[in-house]
Amino acid sequence: MFDQILQFLLTGITVGSTYALVGLGFAIIYNASDVVNFSQGEFVMIGGMSAVALSAGDTGLPLWAAAIGAVLITMLVGMALQRFAIAPARGASVVTTIIITIGASIFLRGVALLVWGKDLFALPHFSGEEPIQIGNATILPQSLWVMGGAAALVMGAQYFFNHTTLGKAILACSCNKTAAHLVGINVGIMLLVAYGMSAALGAMAGILVAPITFSSYDTGVMLGLKGFSAAILGGMGNPMGAVAGGLLLGLIESLSAGLISSGYKDAIGFIILLLVLFFRPSGLFGKASVDRV
Amino acid sequence: MALLDVKDLTISFGGVTAIADLHFEVPESQVYAVIGPNGAGKTTLFNMLSGIYKPNEGSIRFQGKEIVGRRPHQVAKMGVSRTFQNLQMFFNMSVLDNVKVGCHLRTHSHLWSAALRLPNILKEERQSQAWAREALIFCGLEAYIDQPADALPYGVLKRVEIARALAAQPKLLLMDEPAAGLNDTETVEMRELIRRISKTGISVLLVEHNMGLVMQVSDRILVIDYGSRLAEGLPEEIQNNPKVIEAYLGGEVQYAV
Amino acid sequence: MKRLSGFYLLAIAVAALPFIFPDNYFVTVVGVSAGLHAILAVSLNLLMGYAGQISLGHAAFFGMGAYTSAILTTRYGWNPWPTILVGAAFTGVVAYLVARPILKLKGHYLAMATLGLGIIVHIVIVQMGWLTGGPDGLGSIPSLSIFGWEVDSDERWYIVIGTLLMLVVWLALNIIDSRSGRALRGLHGSEVAAEMMGIDTAATKTGVFVLAALIASVAGSIFAHQQAFVSPDSFSFFFSIELVTMVVLGGMASTYGAVLGAIILTFLPELLVVFEDYEVMIFGGILMGMMIFLPQGLFIGLQELLRKLTRPKKTPATPVAEKKESSHGAA
Ligand SMILES: Nc1ncnc2c1ncn2[C@@H]1O[C@H](COP(=O)(O)OP(=O)(O)OP(=O)(O)O)[C@@H](O)[C@H]1O
Ligand SMILES: [Mg+2]
Repeated sequence: MFDQILQFLLTGITVGSTYALVGLGFAIIYNASDVVNFSQGEFVMIGGMSAVALSAGDTGLPLWAAAIGAVLITMLVGMALQRFAIAPARGASVVTTIIITIGASIFLRGVALLVWGKDLFALPHFSGEEPIQIGNATILPQSLWVMGGAAALVMGAQYFFNHTTLGKAILACSCNKTAAHLVGINVGIMLLVAYGMSAALGAMAGILVAPITFSSYDTGVMLGLKGFSAAILGGMGNPMGAVAGGLLLGLIESLSAGLISSGYKDAIGFIILLLVLFFRPSGLFGKASVDRV
Repeated sequence: MALLDVKDLTISFGGVTAIADLHFEVPESQVYAVIGPNGAGKTTLFNMLSGIYKPNEGSIRFQGKEIVGRRPHQVAKMGVSRTFQNLQMFFNMSVLDNVKVGCHLRTHSHLWSAALRLPNILKEERQSQAWAREALIFCGLEAYIDQPADALPYGVLKRVEIARALAAQPKLLLMDEPAAGLNDTETVEMRELIRRISKTGISVLLVEHNMGLVMQVSDRILVIDYGSRLAEGLPEEIQNNPKVIEAYLGGEVQYAV
Repeated sequence: MKRLSGFYLLAIAVAALPFIFPDNYFVTVVGVSAGLHAILAVSLNLLMGYAGQISLGHAAFFGMGAYTSAILTTRYGWNPWPTILVGAAFTGVVAYLVARPILKLKGHYLAMATLGLGIIVHIVIVQMGWLTGGPDGLGSIPSLSIFGWEVDSDERWYIVIGTLLMLVVWLALNIIDSRSGRALRGLHGSEVAAEMMGIDTAATKTGVFVLAALIASVAGSIFAHQQAFVSPDSFSFFFSIELVTMVVLGGMASTYGAVLGAIILTFLPELLVVFEDYEVMIFGGILMGMMIFLPQGLFIGLQELLRKLTRPKKTPATPVAEKKESSHGAA
């Protein structure tokens, strides 16, 4: 029993790490521009798919180069999204921007469908497929890559937002656009950076998990949903909350799949999310908002 | 018995005590002003009086009935209405519809009968239309009746808010800085409007920074500073109260009449 | 009379179409599904456009109605009519139970919660195979019969659904222009002000949520009988998003806008089929483009265009109020 639970925990943390990265991407864009970007999951898909495409075949790039290329491509997509879809709609209502990002995600999926078709692709494992024994549980080396990669990225983001001028500037944009402008922050560029970063995080998540979960043109949908759930669970606008939310969601899903029913694992995840919201309407680590009148 | 009887009222947010142990009584059919420097807790007081905030301690009795513990719509039903320091217009509606919402408590149809447009709805619509017009005309807004709310200047909106509150036929009207942001002519009009409202028998609780206006319309004045009661009395008493003068002059130059 | 002039125009258009284009696939087949979508969009618009409460899970209520009818008629041999009522009652009770806690949430949290609700219902439908047929769905659902008049052809379904649509539009128009409708719009405009005018905002939100769910449930039952087959795919979260898109695309807080959005979003994929592989991409692109350039929605966009064309330039309006609280939109 204990071994089994250990196994579920390991799986949960692996899956949760991906959710955490996608959730972090949500939080970054939300922080910088108050937009919930429903095409966040598409970044993951594009990252994974382009890495596969770049490394495929005899003439393909080595894995590391393909990964870098894929991240760059995805960043470009993210910045283009900001520049050509979000920026022109400045001042639109929340729902309108939500629909724009949904439109963008359908568009990106459509492009992926054109380029790659409906097939499933996988990236080779980074360092072999020999499972590693931990107690009586096993873990794929790739899962360690996912966990380690996610941890490094999260710490990097944490450092970026708390200790670098650029990071702080991005947060300032969301707090007060005019003030940010006055102190000489170029809000437009900050937003581009935020979308680029968020896309890069998504892409890296996509590349890290591509060897385990395969990717296809529509893998982004579910991941996007999970990332949004993670960000909400942690409290919208709190990047580390989103990370915690992602890990928690991964663990809940893996434990309920193992112990209760795999068919209902997503439902259980959402039920717990709803229950959390009923008792904490601003998520686990979000600040309660009071309407001041 | 006083119309409004506030006792031992206290509320704090985190560490900040916004209102501390405040007590006062508002007599029937008067204009009663609450003044104090910025951040003194006047709006917070209004929010408690209208059920938006729940005080940590104390009681608020309106016509002998407790307000604390009721939700705003229940307080409204008791006969309290209000306007807001930051406009709370329904910008998605016309001026007339805004004020018709004020008639909510005087009408009674339900979603289901409205959906089928049963005959009583027509009568009710005509009735609220008439009431809303009446309130708008009372506030001098007949020119704006059919305009969408989001196309109107600030000064007009302030009066639409008052018309909306009046359409509810309250016994007590809470006005949070009705003259803020108004120019001199508009301020004079506002003064007259407050007087007219008071003449109809509605009691007015007024928060206002324009001391000239306060002194001209108020029957009694309560001064609060840092959430505590500093002084209370007739306008002349307040004007000559050394503590009040110090609170204002020591702080900001708001005593410009 | 003036209040309902748009309604009469719409009714005439709905009635005339089959005569103008007899035996046309786009009228009787796509038209029927556009009609159902329009019913759903109008109901969702009451909740979202007017009351300002976003819901990304409306398909769940549509599905609950559809499956109640499908299960009761195929597994238990019920007559279709009572199943519509039972479906509505069941859906209404579920909606009522979840409404209070869910509608306490605001903005993105509300979006998430309703999204979650929709996904949970979808998963339950997929998983409860013994009752719902699981992913394969349920077939052989009987058609409706109205006093012996069998609704068994596309044309007849067009009549039934066209009539139902007009009924729902009429109900929605009535509500909007009433005490309850103003309460809805008021709580959208400013929740505190609405409360202060004596509106029990929590109860009002619950009321409109349940009403929207009831309409969706009835539409679901009709859908099941019309298609004679239901499967979970029709009630996934994609469909919920599609419904939201219809409302926003047509123009929030406009009943006719919702109808327009539903029609466009139903026909668009049919028309884009010719682009084959490019279909998904073009669809996404059009969606984005329309929302970027007409954020108020098509209905208002078109109205404004008409006004500009028909009227000479007016002098600029009175200065706009300095503050418009961010109460528009769903946040
Ligand atoms: N919801 C809240 N959360 C935290 N602090 C609050 C809240 N509402 C009011 N306060 C605090 O209570 C104090 C009193 O504020 P209030 O708005 O009542 O002042 P006021 O007298 O109306 O000032 P003004 O004349 O500027 O309108 C302030 O320090 C304010 O920051
Ligand atoms: Mg104030």
